[in-house]
Amino acid sequence: MSDEILAITLLWMFVFIYSVAASIDFGAGFWSMIYLKKPHLKATDIANRYLSPSWEVTNVFIVLIVVGLVTFFPTAAFKIGSALLIPGSLIILLLAIRSAFLVFSHTAYNKYKSLLYIISGISGILIPALLISILPITQGGFIDGSNGTEQLLFSELITSGSVYTFIGFGITSTLFLSSLLLADYSNVAEETKTYQIYRTKAIVIGPISLIMAFLILLTMREEANWLFENMMSEKIWLLLSVITFIIGYIFLWIPGKKVKGQPRGAVLFVILQYFIAGYAYGKAHLPYIIYPDMTLRIGFTDPNTFRALFVVYIVGFIVLTPGFYVFWKMFLKDKRYLKHT
Amino acid sequence: MDELILARSLFGTTMGFHIIFATLGVGIPLLSLISEITYQVTKDKHYAVMAQRWTKGFAVLLGVGIPTGTIAGVQLTLLWPGFMEVVGKVIALPFQIEIFAFLLEALFMSIYVYAQDRLSASMRIISLSLVTLGACASAVLITNVHAFEGTPAGFRIVNGEIVDIDPWAAFFNPSFFVTGGHVAVTAFMTGAFTIASIAAFKMLREKGLTNVYHFHRKALMLALITGGFFSLLTALNGHDSAQLLHKYQPEKLAAAEGLFETQAYAPLAIGGYTDRESKEVKWGIEIPWLLSFLANNRFDEVVIGLNDYPEEEWPPLFVHTLFNAMVGIGFLLLGLSIIGFIWHDLMRKKSFPKWMMWLFIATGPLAMCGIEFGWIFACTGRQPWVIYRVMLTEDAVTKTGGIGSLFIMFGIVYLILLISVVLVLYYYFKRHPVSKEI
Repeated sequence: MSDEILAITLLWMFVFIYSVAASIDFGAGFWSMIYLKKPHLKATDIANRYLSPSWEVTNVFIVLIVVGLVTFFPTAAFKIGSALLIPGSLIILLLAIRSAFLVFSHTAYNKYKSLLYIISGISGILIPALLISILPITQGGFIDGSNGTEQLLFSELITSGSVYTFIGFGITSTLFLSSLLLADYSNVAEETKTYQIYRTKAIVIGPISLIMAFLILLTMREEANWLFENMMSEKIWLLLSVITFIIGYIFLWIPGKKVKGQPRGAVLFVILQYFIAGYAYGKAHLPYIIYPDMTLRIGFTDPNTFRALFVVYIVGFIVLTPGFYVFWKMFLKDKRYLKHT
Repeated sequence: MDELILARSLFGTTMGFHIIFATLGVGIPLLSLISEITYQVTKDKHYAVMAQRWTKGFAVLLGVGIPTGTIAGVQLTLLWPGFMEVVGKVIALPFQIEIFAFLLEALFMSIYVYAQDRLSASMRIISLSLVTLGACASAVLITNVHAFEGTPAGFRIVNGEIVDIDPWAAFFNPSFFVTGGHVAVTAFMTGAFTIASIAAFKMLREKGLTNVYHFHRKALMLALITGGFFSLLTALNGHDSAQLLHKYQPEKLAAAEGLFETQAYAPLAIGGYTDRESKEVKWGIEIPWLLSFLANNRFDEVVIGLNDYPEEEWPPLFVHTLFNAMVGIGFLLLGLSIIGFIWHDLMRKKSFPKWMMWLFIATGPLAMCGIEFGWIFACTGRQPWVIYRVMLTEDAVTKTGGIGSLFIMFGIVYLILLISVVLVLYYYFKRHPVSKEI
């Protein structure tokens, strides 16, 4: 494997981890807003028990993506940075508001809580929508570099079908993944009523997100045919992705020990589904970071820097593994925490 | 206004705002750690309550510190794409390692705050130590990029191409240890004095020597001693920082001291302002020979003045005032903590006179001003360069335009965040008074 491929694989892994973790995080914020007025259902409570300790860790990964991009592909980062000045600023502003008010809502007076929840809940849905629209931008046709500097073509962007299908996919995936994980979480906490709520959500939203994915392919055929052609040569992976979705979906119906459905299996297979689909999309996207000017090779960092970075990534994650383990044990496994009211 | 000024103003505002929360985010965990250890040693429950309450405040501050740090990171790429291209190729390591330091902090912060009731005493201390270590390491590592901007190393530029890149040489650039150390010790010092301010204020509000009064008195003394210790380290390290400037960025030192003529036996100008027309410091007090001595420990050391450089390469001359304010605050705080220590521990007085209490209350805001002055001095004093003698700031800035409206938007959001964080903290501690916990 060449250095460039190694680097883009690592970066794409970060994107994948962040998109799954952030979907769950943002979705949980949204659900805790929706069920705020129905405290007896404990849906807000469960969502917050997940969110409180995890949002900071999730947030680190978006920084990891930016740092990964800048350090591995500085030239590409230069172009993306120039083009995305305005939308990028909007995203980080929303992210700042969302994180801050999320923390505030856990500390504040009950009287103000609902306002703070609404702010963090709504911005939590807008952020995934904005973030995912970076993907169609990399597919080509939205950046004009003819004036010596990269400009984003806003009028093209808001009239593009691709952008809307991606946004639709982003929002439905956020809601789907978060309700799945919260279903599992409430199942471990033995909150049957809450489990039923999130399971129903997942059952309804799951198929919609799959339809959205197909719509993405349809609009891609029109607007980024090069990528569509490449995707079609990855048919086997796309098929596999649909199959894992179906298996995950079936897990929601298989009788469990006490309740209908086995959410843990559903979570694992659906995450696998996203992983496979992400692999297919990423592979088809190569060698372009931004079509058609920016390829892996043009934008790549210095080889010495790359080697140093790569070693540090490996060492860093090995050193932190015990930390992640303790974290997981404390918040995702320990029933004393999950049941705590 | 041109886009360069706007971009610098926007980024400066972001950093100026973020640095408040970042500094407290490094300083407060150390105070919590010290009080948690004190609790294990003395078994005085007051110290356990202190650690918990400070950590709670710290967790709320992180709610602003983390997102503004994220903003700063992304804004670097958005506003300074030219600079980040060099960063990506040469000085990528500190950014990347910082993420791991931060992950460490985030993981154990959550563990300490949300799993406190399930942790053993030693595990609590380990968690807090790792939070402090992570916070301190991320601050030092990010500062390393700033250090690199002042003393670039680990690459050469040949015909506009960056060649011979050695990322570890860039990482261990000449000012890494001194500059990183400066940020760490001043953050500990500022965190401590912020706690001292609050404790002193609460003591003044308390009538009589109540239990609550003693709680705050213990907090004040713990904070003053910690703050005094780190002010001393700051002074020693500040001396190294100045010598580093003398060696690597002489025009920055010259501007900081308002020195125009290159000379041996150079005097130190304290106070006053630098006048561009007459090329001298007006209204300042001059101490003969001292600058030479400070620069290299000998009176006949030749200190280079601004006249040796073309005027367009001069840093802005107001940095003299910022530099003086920063150093002055440092010594004032050191003095105040010594006075507090003598009064309380050597003279064994149970209470402090009112004027002294008001001075203690001023320590936190003063320390924070010192931090802000220091950063503004450090960054504007490097101008017109973004990377010293390698890249001009005007060549690094984005060419996209439209920064003015962004500046207003970010400004509004910072204002909202500032007001809400103050309100949240105020109402939280009002509803959870310390009298109920001790």
